[in-house]
Amino acid sequence: MTRRSTTRLLAASAAALTAVSLSACASSDREDEGGGGGGETGGTLVFGAAGDPKMFDPAFASDGETFRVARQIHEGLLGNELGGTDPVPELARDWDVSEDGLEYTFALEEGVKFHDGTDFNAEAVCFNFDRWYNFEGLAQSPSATPYYQDVFGGFASTPDTPSIFESCEATDESTAVIRLTKVTSRFPSALALPAFSIQSPDALQEYDADNLGGNDDALTYSEYALEHPVGTGPFKFDSWDRSNGEVTIVRNDDYWGDKAKLDEIIFRTISDGNTRRQEFQAGEIDAYDFVAPADYETLQEDGEVLVRDPFNILYLGINHGNVPGTTANPALKDVRVRQAIAHAIDRETIVNSQLPEGAEVATQFMPPTVEGWADDVTTYEYDVERAKELLAEAGATGTTLKFFYPTDVSRPYLPDPAAIFQVINQNLIDAGFTVEATALPWNPDYLNAVQAGLQHDIHLLGWTGDYNDAYNFIGTFFAAKADGLAKAEFGAFDNQEIFAALDEGDTNPDVDGRTEDYQEANRRIMEFLPGLPISHSPPALVVSERVQGLEPSPLTAEVFSTVSLTD
Amino acid sequence: MLRFIVRRLLQLIPILLGLSVLLFAWLRALPGGPAQAALGERATPEDIARYNELFGLDEPLVVQYLRFLGRAVRLDFGTSARTGRSVTTEFFERMPGTIELTLFAMVFAIGLGIPLGYLAARRHGSWVDSTSVIASLLGVAIPVFFLAYLLRLGFAVELGWLPGSGRQDVRMNATRITNFYVLDGLLTREWDAAWDAVKHLLLPAIALGTIPLAIIVRITRASVLDVVNEDYVRTANAKGLATATVRRRHIIRNALLPVSTTIGLQTGLLLSGAVLTESVFAFGGVGSAIYEAIGARDFAVLQGFILILAVVYVLVNLLVDISYGLLDPRVRVR
Amino acid sequence: MTAMGDVKRRRIDELAARAGAVPEGEGGVSLTRSAFRRLRRDPVAIIGAVIVITFLVVAAFAPFLAPRDPLAQTLLSEIRPGNIPGAREGFPLGVDNLGRDILSRLIWGSRQSLMIGVVSTVLGVVVGMAFGVLAGAFGGWVDTVVMRFIDIVLSIPSLLMAISISVLLGQNQYALMIAIAVTQVPIFARLLRGSMLAQRNSDYALAAQALGVKKSRIVFGHVLPNSLSPVIVQATLSLATAIIEAAALSFLGLGDPDLARPEWGAMLANAQAFLSIRPELAVYPALCIIVVALGFTLLGESLREALDPKFRR
Repeated sequence: MTRRSTTRLLAASAAALTAVSLSACASSDREDEGGGGGGETGGTLVFGAAGDPKMFDPAFASDGETFRVARQIHEGLLGNELGGTDPVPELARDWDVSEDGLEYTFALEEGVKFHDGTDFNAEAVCFNFDRWYNFEGLAQSPSATPYYQDVFGGFASTPDTPSIFESCEATDESTAVIRLTKVTSRFPSALALPAFSIQSPDALQEYDADNLGGNDDALTYSEYALEHPVGTGPFKFDSWDRSNGEVTIVRNDDYWGDKAKLDEIIFRTISDGNTRRQEFQAGEIDAYDFVAPADYETLQEDGEVLVRDPFNILYLGINHGNVPGTTANPALKDVRVRQAIAHAIDRETIVNSQLPEGAEVATQFMPPTVEGWADDVTTYEYDVERAKELLAEAGATGTTLKFFYPTDVSRPYLPDPAAIFQVINQNLIDAGFTVEATALPWNPDYLNAVQAGLQHDIHLLGWTGDYNDAYNFIGTFFAAKADGLAKAEFGAFDNQEIFAALDEGDTNPDVDGRTEDYQEANRRIMEFLPGLPISHSPPALVVSERVQGLEPSPLTAEVFSTVSLTD
Repeated sequence: MLRFIVRRLLQLIPILLGLSVLLFAWLRALPGGPAQAALGERATPEDIARYNELFGLDEPLVVQYLRFLGRAVRLDFGTSARTGRSVTTEFFERMPGTIELTLFAMVFAIGLGIPLGYLAARRHGSWVDSTSVIASLLGVAIPVFFLAYLLRLGFAVELGWLPGSGRQDVRMNATRITNFYVLDGLLTREWDAAWDAVKHLLLPAIALGTIPLAIIVRITRASVLDVVNEDYVRTANAKGLATATVRRRHIIRNALLPVSTTIGLQTGLLLSGAVLTESVFAFGGVGSAIYEAIGARDFAVLQGFILILAVVYVLVNLLVDISYGLLDPRVRVR
Repeated sequence: MTAMGDVKRRRIDELAARAGAVPEGEGGVSLTRSAFRRLRRDPVAIIGAVIVITFLVVAAFAPFLAPRDPLAQTLLSEIRPGNIPGAREGFPLGVDNLGRDILSRLIWGSRQSLMIGVVSTVLGVVVGMAFGVLAGAFGGWVDTVVMRFIDIVLSIPSLLMAISISVLLGQNQYALMIAIAVTQVPIFARLLRGSMLAQRNSDYALAAQALGVKKSRIVFGHVLPNSLSPVIVQATLSLATAIIEAAALSFLGLGDPDLARPEWGAMLANAQAFLSIRPELAVYPALCIIVVALGFTLLGESLREALDPKFRR
């Protein structure tokens, strides 16, 4: 946000940010006086990442480590409000929506150049939209382009799953008109996702960006994605030393907005959480992400722990058992058994003992800050006796639950899966369930297994919101798939009321009406109980005292252009 | 001597073939077979059939094995499921780090172990002796990764004397030629880069070298004790040879023979320990790659890396055998 | 003889040959007795034995010794992410991140950890001995085939072998034991074969053969029993390695998947996350592992000395 002048700010998001932006402006003025285009403080920031990025073409990305780097190199038409969840203008200065909600006219920033020196303009924007729409082969697989498919549906060559994208037209140098076939609440907010970053058409073509290899589960990427990503962002890609897990990006001195202050950032992969902490304490890295809840207090002594607002959900998914060939426990079709699970689990204690301070018990599948959250959904108190009664009523006392949970992973919403699993496991046993536990490595085994819905009864999973939109949470979980049923993860249940409420919300052009639709959807969901929402928890990063100006983002979408180092 | 070496080399062949059979069978025996391992659990029967056809997995086992062997000989172990890169490329990118680390660990273990063991034996029964014996027993009993944590906590976090992770300061823009960072620093005369790489090697090398150190102390002590009691040493002493001469000519030289054998054996231990040490110290070597591959169930990497490492191990032992043959003529005759 | 094994083999064979060289005149019984006498006078052996016996007793009587249920998350409601209550009345060593009594978990953990050590070692000994006897008793091509196979297994560094096996078998507590056992097999196979070969040509075996005693009786009645002492020594030492290796596999995420089941290696691995607030959580299980490993090593080393005729001069 600070990288453009305050005049460009949307009124909606201006208030809270004025101070930040003004100060940033002031500093950028000083920079200009100094000439030479150098940063205020310069220097190299070393950031400890928990994993390697996959590559740097955000169109094919779906994991946080890839996004973290991509966000600094690339920009989209929209961006995210600094430290918030609302979409704000980025490469698009402004936009208009037609009456019917199908045509978006984007007025683009002028004088913007890609890192390779080519111009950013309406044609470049349309080139990117057409690129996504015309993906072929492996690029169409769900693992390659999950975000595109989630927002736009299918591709030019997949008439069976039509795309809601119709066309993109460059009416002049700085105006792009995008037409959709269907109204959706996800548009245009979704354009703030890194997946819809505008990349240099020249570089995309030169380095054969769409050339994917491998197979669905193990894609291999193009030279573009691995070595030559070119965007418009405040930092340029420099190098990737894979054997040491180091990605280096350097300041883009020709950036169109407020230039970055740092000379370079090195993202260094240290997968072990303890090593990350100790390396931070030893001063080898300046900042790192995924601070273990246990370390929040200790680390305050060595730096500043930046706690993000909770913008995620951890839930216990329940397999409804409608997937053909599933071995799921049929007792779970009985809502009383699902209610028994809900009453059996002591979410209060889980939140207090295992999640960082500031975490809260979830009453529904989205955080209260998202429009559409309802304060009057059915709630399920921790009540072991009630759970036992419900089980007895359903004739399912002692019924066996195959409980799947992930290993080798720490997610923003699930810092320590094993610990939370053990608490829930004990809760369920206390309430008269029999539990058969299965632990699988997160990726790909665990995700594949629970998303297939064939073996598990209940499982732990969660979601961090991509932007402030109810559908991004509950739509992702519970909207009907092409076959008219919920997704396999929840056992393909059939609840037309939920599906209808979600669809109404998504296609309602009226924003207030949309909120009500989503509230209704939340009430239906919590009555039906396709799973049990457990918690919203605030993930944190930590920075040393030298680091100034890093604004934590609830979306975990921090931008580093505002960061500076002091000595 | 030449015949001895040739014979040793020929004897390698069955071992290497056997290794390849073992690791080929390993990948075949994984739940769901190689197709499932590569495609994941979500793979439909059609996907698997397609994959099987693509990689010739529907052919007779012998044919498949020969194919595998053919690729293995050309150092082609497929691509990593995690990074999508060639397993061999990844291996050779990371091997220099592990070689540096094991060499440093070995130098630490030998440099400290032989004098300590010798001293313990010469002062048999003194406190030096008992301390080194107890310490060497303890050294074997501490889990390597726990020791690594302790070392880092002490020397990197609390005292701040040495870096606690990585191979080189990331802020250092060192020139890379061979990927042996110490060597690179020396070649390019970037002395600070070389010194920095050395500092990064110290803690992991100590953690990794502790078990070999403990073993070398014990062996040296025992063999010095053995040799001291041998007739020829007594004869030499009785003949009135100078103590120093006796030591140099007879005791040390003969005591070092069994020690040199153990050093070859330690390679296996070091390669095992490297998996643990490198992952604790986030050290970009082969060991940490194996650790990551376990977490990601990256079978192609596991298969390729383990096979290459086993071959390395076999070769190191071959070298030790040959050098042993040079030192001790009796071996050649056998 | 192949290149690889030569060095390692020589070490093992040396050990075997020493035991094999037992003068028949002393006889099995008196050897055992004299070894036992020497052991009793050896302070190192006594320390080792005391440690081992203590832990064996603790493991055997865990249900009576543990003050609490090792699975009960008693103090869970008092746990905060940055604050795990330390030692207090009723919880002499404090609790873990799920409010479970550490002392009780350590006591029960001794059971599981020792079991992993014992089962994997016994498995390694039995299978290794079977191979060794096969090779040693039959000789010829059987010997060649068996030993070649053993050499191949031996050429994979042990932890890498254990990793491969446990990835192959999937995560369960038996996989852990089998994985460790496999790394032990070659050692025992070599050991036994070597010592049997040494004895096959010994005077008493030749004499028995000349007297027309059946081959199987010579092997099982004389040669095998006389080959056992190096096996016992090595098994004691292997127990230590097995317990440490189990901890390493836990650290690598290949340990017992049942997290509730107390086991030292798993406790140590789990405690890594709380090093900054409660380092003791890691120190206790680590100490247990170190002390037990030390106990077995001391016992094994002094056994070796006691049984080794060379040390008797």
